[in-house]
Order: sequence, then C-alpha cells, then structure tokens
Amino acid sequence: MKKVVKKVLFLCLWLALLMLLQQTSILSNTLKLILQYIAIYSIMVLGINIINGYLGIFSLAHAGIMAIGGYASSLISMYLLKAPIFFPINLLLGGFVGMGVGLIIALPSFTVKGDYLAIITLGFSLLVQSLLQNIDAIGASRGLRPIPKNTNIFWVGLTLFLAIFLVKRFIGSKYGRSLLAIRSDSVAAELVSVDVKRTKLIAFGLSSFLISIAGGLICHLLSYTNPGAYGYSLIIEGLIMVYLGGIGSITGSILGATIWQILVETLRFIGMWRWILGAVILISLMIFKPTGLFGNKEISVKWLRTIYTNVAQKLTHKKGGRV
Amino acid sequence: MSMYLQQLINLIQLGSIYALLAIGFSIVYGIARLVNFAHGPIFMVSTYLIFYFATFMYTVTSNSWVVYACSLPFAIIFTSLLAVVIEKIAYRPLRGGPIVALVVSSVGVGMILEYGVLLLIGPVPKRMPVLIKDIPFMIGDAKISLASIVIIIVAIISMILLSLFINHTRTGVALRAVSQDPIAASFMGISRSLIISVAFILGAVMATIGASLYTTIYFTFAPYMGDRVNWYSFIAAVIGGIGNIKGAVLGGFLLAALNVVGAMVLPVSTYKDVLVFAVLIIVLLLKPTGLLGKKIIEKV
Amino acid sequence: MKKRFFGMVILVGIMSIAALYAGGQAENTIEFGVNYELTGGFPIIGTSAKEGVALAVEEINAAGGVKVGDTMYTLVPKYLDNGFNESEAAVVTQKFADDDDIVAIIGPNDSAMCLASAQIVNAQKIPTITPWATNIDITKTGDYFFRACFTDDFQGAILAKYAYDKEGSRTAASLYDKSNPYNVGIATIFAKTFEELGGKIAEMQTYSAGDTDFNAQLTRIINKKPDILILPNFYEEVVNQASQARKLGYAGKFIGSDTWGDSSILDADTEGLLNNAVWVGHYHVDIASPSALKFIDSYKKKFGTSKVPNDIVALNYDTVYLLKQAIENGNKVDRASVQKGLSMIKKFEGVTGSMQFGGAILGDPLKSAVMIQIKDGAFKFLTIEKP
Repeated sequence: MKKVVKKVLFLCLWLALLMLLQQTSILSNTLKLILQYIAIYSIMVLGINIINGYLGIFSLAHAGIMAIGGYASSLISMYLLKAPIFFPINLLLGGFVGMGVGLIIALPSFTVKGDYLAIITLGFSLLVQSLLQNIDAIGASRGLRPIPKNTNIFWVGLTLFLAIFLVKRFIGSKYGRSLLAIRSDSVAAELVSVDVKRTKLIAFGLSSFLISIAGGLICHLLSYTNPGAYGYSLIIEGLIMVYLGGIGSITGSILGATIWQILVETLRFIGMWRWILGAVILISLMIFKPTGLFGNKEISVKWLRTIYTNVAQKLTHKKGGRV
Repeated sequence: MSMYLQQLINLIQLGSIYALLAIGFSIVYGIARLVNFAHGPIFMVSTYLIFYFATFMYTVTSNSWVVYACSLPFAIIFTSLLAVVIEKIAYRPLRGGPIVALVVSSVGVGMILEYGVLLLIGPVPKRMPVLIKDIPFMIGDAKISLASIVIIIVAIISMILLSLFINHTRTGVALRAVSQDPIAASFMGISRSLIISVAFILGAVMATIGASLYTTIYFTFAPYMGDRVNWYSFIAAVIGGIGNIKGAVLGGFLLAALNVVGAMVLPVSTYKDVLVFAVLIIVLLLKPTGLLGKKIIEKV
Repeated sequence: MKKRFFGMVILVGIMSIAALYAGGQAENTIEFGVNYELTGGFPIIGTSAKEGVALAVEEINAAGGVKVGDTMYTLVPKYLDNGFNESEAAVVTQKFADDDDIVAIIGPNDSAMCLASAQIVNAQKIPTITPWATNIDITKTGDYFFRACFTDDFQGAILAKYAYDKEGSRTAASLYDKSNPYNVGIATIFAKTFEELGGKIAEMQTYSAGDTDFNAQLTRIINKKPDILILPNFYEEVVNQASQARKLGYAGKFIGSDTWGDSSILDADTEGLLNNAVWVGHYHVDIASPSALKFIDSYKKKFGTSKVPNDIVALNYDTVYLLKQAIENGNKVDRASVQKGLSMIKKFEGVTGSMQFGGAILGDPLKSAVMIQIKDGAFKFLTIEKP
C-alpha cells in the first residue's frame, strides 16, 4: 500500500511542478519550448527503444509511425473533436491508430530478420511519407495548418510520466523479460515457452503507441506539420538518440534525447561545425561505450546513493583522512 | 513503340549505375558485416576528387578520354586511402562490439564527410567537366548517347573483373573465406584485418568508378548527394541479397525497373515512390533473405 | 605553483564572465533577428540571405543609421541558423521572441520554415518579414507576418499567361518536385491558368527532392509532344532536367520560376541547353533603378566577385530597408510600433522593384514580376509583368 501512496504523491508533486512551470514565467519561452522538445523526443525514444533496444530489432519504422500518429490526432483536432478539452482524447486516438499500424508492422518480423527487416521498416517509413505527400485532402506537401496549439508543458510532462510508467510496467512484466530473451537468442527463448509472436506484437503495439503520441504532441506544438518532417533526417536522429542513450535503459532513452537536443541547441552558435562536432562525439562515444551511455543500467535511488558514498569517500581521503 | 524502347534504355542505364553503387556497399557488408552509412558520403568525396583532378587535367589536354583516363586512377587511389583511414579510426576499434555501434559510428563518419566538404568547399553545386563525350546514337526512334553506352559497358566490365578477382585470385579466395567464416579463416592464416581493408578498398574503387559514370549523366553535384546514394545502395543491396555481388546487381536493376515502370504505368506519377516501396516490402516479405540471398540456417 | 596557476584560471574565468554580462547593450542600437537557412539541404539560401542583410546593414549604418524621433540608431543583426528544419526554425523564432532587445525578425526564407514559425510569430506578436517565401498561406496566419516578394499564385498565373500569349504555346507539360509545396503550388496554378486560357496540359510529372534521374518522367512527357515544359524547381535540378530532356529529343521550350534566379544556373549550363528559356524573376540589371545599380556595384565590391547578386540577396537587402522604413514610420523602438509601421507602408521602392501594400491581405505586396530570358549564357531582360 505504501508504494502506491508514494507513487501517487510523486505524481501530484510532478503535476504541481508542471503547472507552475506552465503558468508562470520562471522559465523563458525558449526554454519551455526546448524542454517540450526534449520531453516529446524522450517519449518517442522510449517507444523506439522497446523495439531497437530491448527487443534488439533494427527498425527504421519510427518516422512513419510518428507521421501517422501526428496526422491522425491533428486531423481529429482540426475536423472532428475541435474543442481543446478533447486534446488528451485526440492524442489517445492518434496513438491507437498508430498502434494499429504498428501491429501490422509486427507481422513481417515473425519471418524476416536483421537487415532485411530493416529495409522493410525503412520502406514503410518512406511509403508513409510518400503517401502523405500525395494525398491532397490532407494537404499533400503543403502540410496541415492550423493545428490548434494544445501542447504545453503540463500535457507533455504528464504524458512523459505516463510513458515512463507504462514502459517500466511493461519491462517488468513477463513480456518485458521475454523481450531480452528474444534479443539474446530467439530460438532458445521459444524453447523455454516464450510466446515470441505474442511478445513481438505487444512490443510493437506499445512502441507505436508511444511514438504516435509523441507525433501528436509535436504537431499540436508547432500548429503545423508537413510530410517533409518525417523523412531520412527523423529516421537517423531517432536512431542516434536511441543508441546514444543506451539500448536497455529507460534513463538512457531520456538521456539520449536530452543530450542530442541540447547538443543541437547549444552548438548552434558554431554554425556548421556543430554537426561535425556532434558526429565526433558520437563516434568517440561508440568507441568508448558502445552500448550507449547508460547501457543497461538505470538511475535509481540506490545507484545515486552509491555514487554519493563513493564521492564522499574520495573527498574525505583527499583531506588526508580527516573526517 | 519507341517510347517503350526508350524507357528500356533508361532502365538499363539507371540499373547499371544503381548496380555499381550497390556492389561497393555489398562487398563491405559481406566481408566486414558492416552497414556502412558512410558509403554515400565516400561516393560524394570521390566525385569531388574526380572533379578536381579532371579540372586540372583539362589545363594540360583537351581530350576528354585522356582526362578521364588520367583523373580516374588518382581519384581511386585517394578514395581508397580515405576508406582505409576511416576503417582504421572509426570502425576497427569497434570490432567485436555490438553491430549497432558500428552502424552509428558510420553515420557519424558520413556526417563528418558531408559537413566537412560543405564547410571546406561550399554549398554551391558544381558541374563535372565532360568525361565522356556526348554523341547520340539512334536505335529506331529511341536515342541513346555514347555516355550511356560507355556506362553500361564499364559497369559490365567492372562486374566481370570483380567476379574474376573474387573467384580466381588468392586474395579473392581469402575474401570469400572471411565472408563465410571469419574464425575458420583466421585459423588458416588469413589476416582478417588485412582482408577487411581490402574489402573497403574494393568498395571505394567501385564507388569511384560509379561516381565517374554517375556524373557523366547527372553532372551537377553538391555535398548532400551522398544521402540519396546511401539509401539506394542499401535498398538495392538488401533486395538482392546482401553480401552477394550478383544480388547487388539484380537489386540495382530491380530498383531501376521499379522507378521506370512506375513512372510509365501510373496515371499520376506522384505515386511512383509509393509503388517502389510497396513492391520492395512485398519482395522482402516473400523472400526474407533477399532475391538471391541464401537461407541462413540458424544454429541452435 | 599549481595552486597559483589554478587561481589565475579562475580569475580569468570570472573576468570573462563579468565581461560578457557587462558588455551588454551599447547605446542607441536596434537589434533584429535573422532566421536563415545556413545548413540543411540548400545552404545557398542562407549564405545569400546573410550577404543581403549584411550589405544593407553596413550601408544603413554608414549613412548614420535609423532615425527614430531625434536619435540615430545603429542596426545590429543577430543571425541564427534554422538548419532548414521546421522544428529548429520554430525554436529560432521563439528565441528571438524571448529576447526583449529584438524588435523584429527577417526570415525564414523557405516557405515550409515560415509556416512552422507562423504560430509563434503571431502568438508572441513579433513582426516578421520573409524576403523570399512565396507560399500564399504565410501571410494569412496573422497580422505579424509580412513578406517582401510576390506569391506563388501570382507567379504561376504570369507564367501561364506568358506561355500562352507570348510564346504561343498550346500544349504544356510540367516536371516538378512534389515534396516541396513551393514547386507544387506553382505547377498547379500554372496548369489551372493555362487551361483557363484555352491551353491543354499534356502531362504533369513529379519527382522527389534529391532524385537525379528524370528520364522516365521526361520520356512520358516528350511522347505527348508539348510545346513548352515548365520546370519550377531549384536551379541545380533544372540543368539536369533540361539536359536529360534534350538528350531524349525534346525540341520545345523551357520555362521556369524564381528559383532559377542565381547565375550559377548559367555556370552549370555549359552546353547552353537553356538558351532561350524564360523565367520569372524579381529584378534585373537592365531595368535596374539607379539605386539597384548601386546595390549591384556595392555587392561586387564587398564580396569581391563579378557575380550579380541573386534574387535572395536582393530581397533580403530590400527587406532590411523595408524594416528601416517600418521603424521610422512607427517612430518607436518596440515591436508593436514596428508592426504598425509595417502596415503603414503603402509603397516601397526597392532594388527588386516597387512594392505596393494595402491589398486584400495585410502583408502581401503587389509587385511586378520580371520576365528574364537566358540568352548566350547571360540573363536578358524581357518584360515586366505588372500585377
């Protein structure tokens, strides 16, 4: 009982903080915008990580899924449920549409493996982008405009919290453990009665759900979206954020998204050099820590405590043993 | 009738180019097990190298064949050097680790090449000086230029030479050995590092030859051209069965065919890309290891 | 020894941080933001934009600056790259909006970037002028987005009229990039107007940005034997397209839009394939007003080149002067006054011609287009088409 109370309390504090940030001017508008980007990309990376990280499948479908989720919820906001109070419902609906498509993508993963599966997912993303560019009724290459600006720090923060909660529950469940088993050795997993097909379906479903919601959030943030945003760049950036942060870690996903967004922002002043610098950092990171910054580890209270005691010990040693 | 003939010529020409791009990519994958996302940018760098050598040669002679014959070897040498250096710095330290680290690293290398050229040389697209004189020939009502014929011939010759190299030389045998079973190969005294370097060099050679032919037809180029080439090589190589040279050729032609047929058949050509990707996906669903890929028996 | 060195480092660090903060605002300056496409798919847009802005700012400041009330203010531009990425364009816009010292924004130049920034521009009420984006929706988003050029609707219609009336074409075809709303817009309006005039559209073929092989689409087009082929695409693609078309036996005419507007297209067209082709531009040397000629000279001197500045440079240059006019109209250095000042401008004479504001949509100028022909490796002025 106590654990649940703790969690609810934490949620209330978190919501209160979000509302504070949202309504007051403690943070500059630019900072608010960047934080929202970070949070939205974190949600997306959490989604990608389920497949590319835990399940170990090299998937490039995230651009297509994000497009579907974004367009679906935007169209609903623009034409069906227009009032702002429907926003969370629109996001969820967009998420379900994306999830449906995600389940379809899961099917090829039963028979196709490795790089071949990667091409199928790549083809999927590019196919979605191409379709969107052609269908005039949803704007074709002109994009969708105006999408009501419903995204704000409150909604983004709340969604992020729920996303982390969902992913944690999923990873902790038997399906989550099955993911890692399948990643290591699919055949062996099957032998110990892991339902590989079911696990993959659920994994793809959850992953697409999260990515779609991220898509919906960002469309409602800029009040505009167009097919050009869901192409090669998004595919590559998604991959970078996932592998940067750590392929088996929730903290890693959030950290990967955060670091990459911060890099893009802060290095803006050095102009084009920031891409070269970013690439060098990426390569060095891969050389020195190929499983990503966090690998399989997570931040937890215990871990923080260990760090604290280690640092404290080192400090006391420096002072010649004096406490 | 002539339109179909023309489209057929278009197809063969486009397919040859895609095939060359895919082969280079496929070799590196087959030997080093690496999806080299720097392949396109390396291709782009070789294009710039050819440009500078050719421009220089034109100050000495005005015969386009001489210019081509002299600038190509230099470009090949420098591109190969670049490929080997990249391999040593960015890929070798990662060998043995998770494959995704290699892939991400190759993405990084690609970015450095792209933005490096952008910064050093500038964004203005350049035009390649004439390497192969453009003399049109007529086949019935369809036009084919000398350049196209040369492209097709050079592509075929390159593939034959490569095939001979791999099947009939000692290094070629070593390449195949490492591709099939790296550990057993090292037991036979084959230096894996050396072979991987050879693979990269071969990839660079094919990329440079491909670049020279590519720019004969699509003569403007800019730092970002590598991106498109990357994805095309990747798709063509995988469809054909990755690591398999014949497969890369087949994949290249299939990709070209889809593009041409798509443009021909569809009432509104805007859906051409959709057709290409849809067929792509279907092909892989039916043949999960690519058209000529071998079924990998999973060892339990 | 180590301690002293460390202490020095800290001292220098503190001093530099203090300097950064103490530096602050010099007296009597007006800051404006420049949201430009330096990196990304078309860096030439960003570099040209910066050249235009820098030249104009230099001139204005050398002549004393901007006059507000009785004080002369120096113009200070702040450049931020949007990377040709919609999300970043929005962040740049927001950054400028957050900076209280910035009274207005020039840019972005690309239509998609503008549309992505529009919500923030109007919500944050920061007057923004786009020098080059021609998509019609941009100025419809609110009262704070203005533009300094004509729109795609106007361009497409003019091209159609020119093709039908002046070139005598009766069958037309188009090859355009379907992934960019700019190209799609012009091709669509062209087709619509051409058919209204009585012409026939034989084929409308598309490709995706980055494609280099157009043989399949062109073969289809040529099979229908059109009189004229419109290529409303970026100039580097146009040269390839024209070359492939000619090689396939196309004997008709070519016509293009304002993206042909850089002399690099002439450099790339070494075979003269585009000889006699016509395109719609914003200005030309032959009809250049004295101020335009002066502008061209200053550009050549400042950047040490014999190239004539392209449309993007010229439009950015005009936009800075437009901004100067707006500030002086509003007579106060704050955003609301600048916005008011902009809406007060009825007529403006720039190097790219005369702009008339006050039409149906606030922020859209009525501007003449210049028909330019490529002849013997140079841009030859043909006619002016008035709105």
